[in-house]
Formats: sequence, C-alpha cells, structure tokens
Amino acid sequence: MEILTISELSVSFDGFKAVDDLTLSVDRDELRVVIGPNGAGKTTLLDMICGKTKPTTGSIRFKGIELTALHEHQIVRLGVGRKFQTPSTYEDLTVLENLEISYPQKRGVLGSLFFTRTKEIMSKIHAVAEAVFLTEHLRAKAGRLSHGQKQWLEIGMLLMQDPELMLLDEPVAGMSPREREQTAELLNRIAPGRSIVLIEHDMAFVRMIAHKITVLHQGKLLSEGSLDAIQKDERVIDVYLGH
Amino acid sequence: MRSLLKSKEAIGFAIVCLLLLVVFPASLDIFRLNTVGKYLSFALVALGIVLVWGYGGILSLGQGIFFGIGGYVMAMFLKLEASKPELPDFMVWSSTEALPWWWEPFHSFVVTVAAIIVLPTAFAFLFALVIFKKRVGGVYFAIITLALGLTLVVLLIGQQGYTGGANGITDFKTLLGWDTRTDGAKRVMYFACSAFVILGVVLCTLVIKSRLGKILIAIRDREDRVRFSGYDTAMFKAFVFAVGALFAALGGAFFTLQVGLITPQTVGAVSSIEMVIYAAVGGRTSVVGAVFGALLVGFGKTYFSENFATMWLYLIGGLFIFVVLVLPNGLAGLADRIRLKREA
Repeated sequence: MEILTISELSVSFDGFKAVDDLTLSVDRDELRVVIGPNGAGKTTLLDMICGKTKPTTGSIRFKGIELTALHEHQIVRLGVGRKFQTPSTYEDLTVLENLEISYPQKRGVLGSLFFTRTKEIMSKIHAVAEAVFLTEHLRAKAGRLSHGQKQWLEIGMLLMQDPELMLLDEPVAGMSPREREQTAELLNRIAPGRSIVLIEHDMAFVRMIAHKITVLHQGKLLSEGSLDAIQKDERVIDVYLGH
Repeated sequence: MRSLLKSKEAIGFAIVCLLLLVVFPASLDIFRLNTVGKYLSFALVALGIVLVWGYGGILSLGQGIFFGIGGYVMAMFLKLEASKPELPDFMVWSSTEALPWWWEPFHSFVVTVAAIIVLPTAFAFLFALVIFKKRVGGVYFAIITLALGLTLVVLLIGQQGYTGGANGITDFKTLLGWDTRTDGAKRVMYFACSAFVILGVVLCTLVIKSRLGKILIAIRDREDRVRFSGYDTAMFKAFVFAVGALFAALGGAFFTLQVGLITPQTVGAVSSIEMVIYAAVGGRTSVVGAVFGALLVGFGKTYFSENFATMWLYLIGGLFIFVVLVLPNGLAGLADRIRLKREA
C-alpha cells in the first residue's frame, strides 16, 4: 500500500529545473534508497516532501493528504520526519534536552511553558538514546559530540517524533566504517513499521540496507529496482556507477 | 523557585535582593535612592531583552517603543489627575480646546493599568507575528523596530497638542490622591519597583528553565530544525517578543512614576540601543546580569556626567567598547570565569 505518492513534480530555480516531471511512490514499511550523481535533485526532492521548498508544479500526497500547500510544522505533525545532510542538532542544549524537545507533545507556546518531564517521556528518551548509542552522553552538550554522534543524535530526534515516514539525507556522511556498520544495523532495526526514504552515495552502505533503489539523474527518474537490477542497468552505469 | 535556587545564578540573585532591599535603602539618601529606582525601571526592560535577544535570538532596537507606551499611558493618567478639572496645561498652550476622545479612558486607574499591560503586549505580539510569519528576521527585524521607534518619536513631537511634544508630559502631583512628590512616596515607589524587578528575575528564570526556554535556545541556534520538530517557530518568537514588550512597558510606567516625567527621547533610537547595552553589559543570557548591567551603566552615567560633564558620553562609550571587546559575555561571563578558576 502506498504511503507517499509523488506525481509530475517539478521545481525550477531561476530557470534551472532541479527536479523535472518526477513521478514516484513509496509503500508502507518500505526502505527506499535514492542515489544519483551530484545535482540530480535528490536533496531538493526531500526538501519538497518536507515543505522546505515549494514545488513549481505537481503533487505530493502523504497518506492521501496533499502536502504542497502545508507549512513545515504541519507536515511534521502529520508524521513526516526529516534528517538533514549536515547534522542539525541544538548544540547549546544537552543530548537529553535535544531529545526532549523532539518529543511530539506540548508543541504550543503555553503547553511548552507548563510542560513537565514525566516518567513516560524519560523512559522514551532513554530507549531512544540507547538505540542511537548515546546513553553515556545524555548530559553532554550536543556541540561536544563527534560528527558521527551528531548524526546519530539527529536520527534519535526523529525517533522521538516516531514518524511514519522518515526522510534521511546522507545519514552516514563523515562516519567511520565502524560507525557506518552500526548505523546500518540501527536503520535495519528501526525500519519495520515505518517507511524510510534515504539518500546515499556510499554503495557499500546501500548494500547493507537497501530494499529498493531509485536512481535520479538531472532531476528525472533514470531507473528503479533492486540493487542487482540497478547495478546491471547500462544507463545507471554510464551516468553514476561507472564502468 | 527551586530551580532558581539551584541555578548558578543563585548567588547573584541573593546579592540583587540584598542590594535592592537592604543596602541601597540603608545607605543612600532619598535623591540617590530615587535615581537608583530610575535605573531599576531600565533593569525591567533589560530583563525582557535577555529573554528576547539572549534566548530568542531576536535583536530589537525598538524596546523604547514599549517603554514609551507604558510611560506615556501612566503619564496620561497622572496628568489628568493633576490638572482636574481643567485641561492638561500643555494642551491649553497648544490651543487644544477639548480633551481628545482617546485621552478619556485614562481618567480611570483600572483602565490605565490594564492598558499598560495589554496595549504593548498585544501590539508587540501581532506586529512580531506578521513579520516572523513572513520569515523576516535578524538584522532586518532590528531595522524595522528601529524605524518604528523613530516614527513614533516624530509622531509624539509633531502632535504637541495631544502628547506634549518634545517636552513630553510632566508636572504630576498625585496618584489616586496620594502625593507622589514627597520623600516617603519616593521611597515607597522605589520599593515597589524593586519588588517588580525581583519578581521579574524569578519569572524570567522560570521561563528559561521551562521547555519553552529550551525551545527558544533551539530557535536561536537552528530555527529550521525546530520547524522540522513540528513547532510553529513564528508563534514562539512573537510570544517572547510580547513578553519582552510587557517588561519594557512596566519599566516605562515605573520610570514615569519615579522620575516624574516622560519624554520622546526615552522612546527613540538612542534610548532603545542603551537598553540593549544594559543587557549586553550584564551578559545577554544572564537574567541577574541584566539587573547588574542596568545598575552599573546607570551609576556610570550619573558618575561620569556629574564629574566629567563635557566628556561623559565618551567615557560611557568607552565602557561599552571595553565590555564588548574584553567581556563578550558581560558581567555574568566574568563571574563564570572567576568561578571556574576557583574550581580548577
């Protein structure tokens, strides 16, 4: 069953078509990897799904709801979570506070003023911290974490939101090989029960997690299928994988 | 309250209470005490700036607007009481023949107090919400507030018959029949202002320690990310801006009461920038620091202007440059450094 349906989506910046008449859909419980050369429109695609960039034409439907007319926070509240390419955490707050803020309750002004930490929230924070390997750093300021740990923290912040659809933009960028393996395990663990769209360059990492792959090139869909099918596709080899 | 006592500002808070409630009243004559009361009315503004700028990351160069609204509303009430049943004297001089309709409500003390609280808060909230919804921020917001303040000054000076023009509104006598010009009255007003400052410190600390405070820090450092955690960030920024405006308006009301006049100068750009400097000197993320900053700059201004009448502005300017260059986190940063050294 489809959770995300993108049809005839285009966006142009000053005449340059970053995404060009793209149609694609993602099923429930699917982990979709999007690959493609630089400038293929991968990040722009995620930006449009989460409302950061408004498309020029086309439609994006999530659980049947049109997203293109909504604000970012409204899209988040429907159940779409976004992780950015460069880790975006609140550096002046502790890991615990970063996770706490991401808890999807009391998101109004007055609600947040009179918010109190409950046992449920704390147990959720501890569970998430453990999942993203940060239990020992709960009291540390996020700014003091290593690059890889910041990436994990941001994934943890998404897990606090418990989104039905997770958008991950190069989550292992800047990670060591060991951290990449741990992240692959993490993703395989959290994938069941939700849909994930993930942008990645590292084919070794893609091999560890991919179910189905979409290849973008110059804003258009070039190829779609399993990892093996993609790796045998002549067009993909020409523009991206190389001979 | 508990969170305040546990925080690293607890010592500073104790010193503030001691200074305001014991040391100053015991050691200063009534003229000086009244002057300190004036500094404290600016301390209220600085408390709001700590929330708005230090935590919300919103630099406003227009806090004088809200200070002015509070100050002028208070002044209108006092002036009406002082000139009853005649027209206020400046209106007579400007040949205004009848009391303008929008002065009428300020015969009532209840309406006056309500206006001091509601007018600036509601105006600040709506003004900020419209701008922040449009994703305008940073230096552009600062410029808009600056321009708004300048516009208000032109309006106040131009409408002499209704506002007292460049001289402002002065010559008050009583507050609900109570003579505000006596030494005893000045002492009472000083303590009232001190109580508001102390209460303000407590309230600001509670806000900062709440989830709202954390969200403000998050917005200041990475607004985009906060939107993608499902928050309507414009709403939060408008809210904190309105709280800052409320503090400024209360400061303005206490200024009028204690100084006995309000003028367009207090609304303008120079005054607004000075208010930001109080918070910067104290340390822009330190609530207690805001009070110390306002007191220190206030004392400095008075001391320099009394002893170096011709060059006091340069000396005060030098002080600001020194703070920015040497103490980027203000007095609170200095206190932190000393503490860390001791612990090391």
